[in-house]
Amino acid sequence: MNVDEIVNGIFSKNRRALARAITYVENELPGSKEILKAIHSRTGRAHVIGLTGFPGVGKSTIMSKLTEEFRKRGKMVGIVAVDPGSPFTGGALLGDRLRMEGFDANKQLWVDPGVFFRSMSSRGRAGGLAAKTGDVVKILDAYGFDIIFVETVGAGQGEVDIVKVADTVVVILMPEVGDDIQLSKAGILEIADIFVVNKADLEGVEKTVRWLRSMVMMSEEVVQTLSTLTHADEARVLSGEIFKVSNHWVPPIHTTIADRGVGISELADSIEKHYEYQRKSGGLLKRRSSRAKIELEEIILGEIKNLIKKKFNYTEILKEIVENKKDPYTVAEEIISKLCYER
Amino acid sequence: MEEKKIRVVLAKVGLDGHDRGVKVLARFLRDAGFEVIYTGLHRTPQEVARAAVDEDADVVGISLHSGAHMTLVPKTIQYIKEYGGKPEEMLILVGGIIPNDDIPKLKELGVDEIFIPGTPISTIIEYIRENLKKKKGSINER
Repeated sequence: MNVDEIVNGIFSKNRRALARAITYVENELPGSKEILKAIHSRTGRAHVIGLTGFPGVGKSTIMSKLTEEFRKRGKMVGIVAVDPGSPFTGGALLGDRLRMEGFDANKQLWVDPGVFFRSMSSRGRAGGLAAKTGDVVKILDAYGFDIIFVETVGAGQGEVDIVKVADTVVVILMPEVGDDIQLSKAGILEIADIFVVNKADLEGVEKTVRWLRSMVMMSEEVVQTLSTLTHADEARVLSGEIFKVSNHWVPPIHTTIADRGVGISELADSIEKHYEYQRKSGGLLKRRSSRAKIELEEIILGEIKNLIKKKFNYTEILKEIVENKKDPYTVAEEIISKLCYER
Repeated sequence: MEEKKIRVVLAKVGLDGHDRGVKVLARFLRDAGFEVIYTGLHRTPQEVARAAVDEDADVVGISLHSGAHMTLVPKTIQYIKEYGGKPEEMLILVGGIIPNDDIPKLKELGVDEIFIPGTPISTIIEYIRENLKKKKGSINER
């Protein structure tokens, strides 16, 4: 398949072309840039949903149940699931696909033409995604999927790359993942648009939900209001009655038992509601613009790096720096001025 | 440009729970630098074929200890074609308990190689590296 066949294939909903396009982009094969250029005008139509959380909390299981739910709602669903790739050998064992299991035995997700699942190795990159995950999402978008799920590597506290890709970020936790201080730390809990406490049949779920709720509600305005209340108002606070007026999106907290499908349709409702909210409030546009900016800068930097590699003798330059003949700042200035002003 | 990674879909097809071998193989192929997609137990030929096409697999490895290989393997290959894939551009490998008499028959049906119990894993890795680049018209042809 050549690049033209791949691009036309994507536009005419040819699955093999789609699969091959992803291979091109993932491996940066010659022609991958042409593919991305050709499809750009057809992107931006899908709702991209990121699923992240610690390893083993049930990301893949929740995703497969959500896929089934959104299929019932008539949506085409594309999935990119990232698992860690070894920084040492370059190899990876990608095991998210095997969790794909719906409830309806007559409507199997694996062979459903409205579902496309692609496993991806992070290829040793930190951040929870692979370098090319964003580009793979674009290809799925151009192909015409309504919903695109991006499942991150099992993420700890700092893997927040998913915000650069997703319109809605769902952070999945389970009971006993840590106390209230753990939940107040910076990192993935800051990026949630929706929280899920999965495995809600385990002990300690109420505690985790309570801690999450107090974390989510903690704004200056809320703290002010709370300080004027007494214990007698506790029931009204817990029921949400007092703080209902907020115009901002307050991340809802869902409890699910994913393998039994408990709480999944409510979660899907929340995901749709968040997208609606983002579209109406202008948040979606804002998020996508800042994403475009990051992406553009990355592309520019990449191109400049390639240019430098082509025009300058790196080994020679690095030797001078290591031998203290020149400092890296002066060298950088020299390179930039040569690149910009000498044609 | 990075080198293109070799993607391997490993599958257990049909009613067969013997997955020790395929899991060990998955682990060693990972360490050999391949990207291995393990699909789990009790897959149907359709499911494996779909995975092979969507994941753009270079290698499809089917493990069978149930004796149903003469039925399930050709079906898997047939569905890969049906779903728009090109099995002739992939390495189709079969592992497990395969009687000697069936080996030539499977090869005639489009299987590239059969690895029976006791095969050193390095043999399989070498085989993949050597033979993938010989696949005419494929993305791996060198």
